[in-house]
Amino acid sequence: MAHPMTLAEKLVARAAGMAGVRPGEVITAKVDLAMMHDSGGPRRVAPMLERLQAKIWDPDKVVVISDHYVPAVDAESAGILDLTRKWVKAAGVSRFHDMQGICHVVLPERGHLKPGMFVVGGDSHSPTGGAFGTYMFGVGATEMCGVLVTGEIWLRVPQTILLQWRGKLGKGVVAKDMILAMCARLGMDGGQYQAIQYAGDTIGGLAMQERMTLSNMAAELGAQAGLIAPDTVTRDYLLSVGVPDAEIEIDAWQTDVGAAVAEQHDFDAAALSPMVAAPHSPANSAPVSDHSTVAVDQAYIGACTGAKINDLRMAAAVLKGRKVASGTRLLIAPASARTTAEAAADGTLATLTAAGAILLSSGCGACAGYGAGVLAENETCIASTARNFKGRMGAGSSKVYLGSPYTVAAAAVAGRIADPREFLA
Amino acid sequence: MSALVKGRVWKFGDNVDTDVLAPGLYMKGSLAELARHCLEALEPRFAKEVKPGDIVVGGRNFGMGSSREQAVMALRELGVGAVLAPSFAGIFYRNALNLGLLALVCPQAGAIPADAELVVDAPAAQARDAKTAAVYACEAIPPHLLQMIDDGGLLPHLEKKLSTSHKKEARA
Repeated sequence: MAHPMTLAEKLVARAAGMAGVRPGEVITAKVDLAMMHDSGGPRRVAPMLERLQAKIWDPDKVVVISDHYVPAVDAESAGILDLTRKWVKAAGVSRFHDMQGICHVVLPERGHLKPGMFVVGGDSHSPTGGAFGTYMFGVGATEMCGVLVTGEIWLRVPQTILLQWRGKLGKGVVAKDMILAMCARLGMDGGQYQAIQYAGDTIGGLAMQERMTLSNMAAELGAQAGLIAPDTVTRDYLLSVGVPDAEIEIDAWQTDVGAAVAEQHDFDAAALSPMVAAPHSPANSAPVSDHSTVAVDQAYIGACTGAKINDLRMAAAVLKGRKVASGTRLLIAPASARTTAEAAADGTLATLTAAGAILLSSGCGACAGYGAGVLAENETCIASTARNFKGRMGAGSSKVYLGSPYTVAAAAVAGRIADPREFLA
Repeated sequence: MSALVKGRVWKFGDNVDTDVLAPGLYMKGSLAELARHCLEALEPRFAKEVKPGDIVVGGRNFGMGSSREQAVMALRELGVGAVLAPSFAGIFYRNALNLGLLALVCPQAGAIPADAELVVDAPAAQARDAKTAAVYACEAIPPHLLQMIDDGGLLPHLEKKLSTSHKKEARA
């Protein structure tokens, strides 16, 4: 039997076809799935594949999701989407989700992820897949081209950084607050391009959508992957999206007792307040009370990080029976078509629109400055997104604060940054 | 790497992100247009005044954020000869080498004066201040990766290798 291994080591070892691996070793892994979107995908890899006169190693292991330039707003974005649609057809990629939502949310929602898989994504928030016990990480288009041709990628076996959460979160305190607190403590390079594993009883109590928020923002911790060991919550989610029970392995994808980790950091869930990241870094986070005088022009609930069904329900809990403040606009872009359908079915959408929220289409949108909802010079926004880099959401002088959907909704009602707990009965 | 890289320094702080290197607002246009806005949120003069061979010196975690290769391509488009930083974000670093941009881990990058002229010697893993002769050690890049950078990145490198092997086959 191999030495005790972390979840990351087990996932990498399986993909490398090895019984055991050690951190620092360079291995070649077989890729189970490659995911691309319209921005970094076909429009970038197609010319490279042509140049190499190469074909995709296995079209059935490729998923393409259009989410960056949707819906098209001009000839350029329409052209990018047109190229994407034509390419998937010509390449024989049948798993193509066109304008169905943001790739990191659509991928698990359509049953493409399972514990134990080794997946590359052409986007930096690819660590989101780690919430499902999948080793998933982001690569650039050239590396993606290499994967498409060979089905393989080299990797330095990562060390594991264990981020351990104990206790129960207070009312109005959620995964987004947890990850902002971790960014503040560890910094944006605290992950050192190694594998983070989130663990502890607090994590076990989180819904999959909340776990996805943590794994997603492993990118903001500078980690390669952000893993959570699968459990019954994982199984229930996967069953609900149609993954057959026999294909869901839980026990094999746990960190062994006695496995060595490079670092461990402990966090107390009960002591956590709602957190807000000030411009221009998620690591610039502090309790919401530090920012309660900041007036906001725009509140934005969107992105892979912050517009899943649970996120919309959080916003609705604050907005129920209230109105968005005069002088402030609240824009909501549900993360996926299924999210919109669910929110329509359970009354969440009606609550949001009754409060004065403006609904936008599903896509990466304003979060990355690509789509509707970008900011003017000197405007201030609070967003449920992952990044508040300078100028990312629009004009260079705009300021973006980050918070949970509860906190963003509370700011929309108050017209300034406010503690969401004051709005929750 | 066949030649030394020589140029003036453009100095930046910690956590220079991909969105200031390749702003989302310009991502759907041409590379030339995107490059005109490279780093403008931090230094509006950069894209206008940078000359081929100039050297970007960053702080910790250079290139953090998105996986977009345009962050590297914009620097290359402007002719940047090398990027030196005490640490790089993982995806950016892999992208840089894959696209033929010399990215050197230089623990003492913070000590390089903002107005320095540097001579970067990649095989020797060092940068020398042309005025003061101060030497800044860098972490060595393995020769096969330096060759790939010299060839212009992974794709041209593969093309070169493939055509060499074809020629060998033709001769055999």
